[in-house]
Amino acid sequence: KQWYQRRVRVLSIGCAMLGAGHVTALEVDPDAIEDLAGNLEEYEMDNVDVVQCDVTAPSSFKEGVFDTAIMNPPFGTKNNEGIDMVFLDRALELCRGSVYSFHKSSTREFITRRMESRGYHVTVLAEMKFSIPQMYKMHRKKEVLVDVDFIRVARER
Amino acid sequence: AVVSTQSTGHNMMKSHCKGVTNGFPLKLSSTKVDVKEVEFNADFITRMLDRLEWGALVEAARQLGVGDSLPEMAPEEGGDEELLRSVHHVLLEVEVTEGELECPETGRRFPIRNGIPDMRLNEEE
Repeated sequence: KQWYQRRVRVLSIGCAMLGAGHVTALEVDPDAIEDLAGNLEEYEMDNVDVVQCDVTAPSSFKEGVFDTAIMNPPFGTKNNEGIDMVFLDRALELCRGSVYSFHKSSTREFITRRMESRGYHVTVLAEMKFSIPQMYKMHRKKEVLVDVDFIRVARER
Repeated sequence: AVVSTQSTGHNMMKSHCKGVTNGFPLKLSSTKVDVKEVEFNADFITRMLDRLEWGALVEAARQLGVGDSLPEMAPEEGGDEELLRSVHHVLLEVEVTEGELECPETGRRFPIRNGIPDMRLNEEE
């Protein structure tokens, strides 16, 4: 496996290690689930559940059952625009508290406007650069650096 | 198995089949159940009590063969340590490794393999 793949599928483990009472990992891709299951076994995590589901489809979970969501959604491509917003909307539906997520900095204003119009409050917690390796023939460079925001979407109380 | 479906998941999940009006709770059936030890956290269990659907929890416990450990009716206030530990046991220590979740209205079955339920539906469903 290429080096960057070993670092993935650890988000839920990080949550569990930092003291979450219980973690549910939602993932649709079978390969990703295999990676995740392997990591859970390696780290001996016993309070992480995994559910295979498509979060862009109608939800398998009741509303507001989670306290918080932490996620690294797909950024969206030519054929898959807006998928990052679908993830955000779903996370807000399932959580009663704040949602933490990664989004392209170029979408910051759009996301902020959209969330605030629904009564949420957006904070950019960190700015970072993600290295996206060449995945498709149409990408000319070996890897690209993308500006990414780590944001918190909180409910106004 | 390390990854597993516990009653916590069952309590939070519902059917998303087309046209279903009330998809909760899913019917749980198991062919393989594991029991493991998980550290007891009284605070966490107490907080969970508030948001648990007690009836569904008791039903899941019955399916897992530990139905006797929980009272039929939800505890009125919090719960003593014995109750919290029973809830902890059902929620976090008894796990379905192989089994099914079934939609209460359509009968559509979602498999649980290696402790992971597969909730994916086809386009038409």
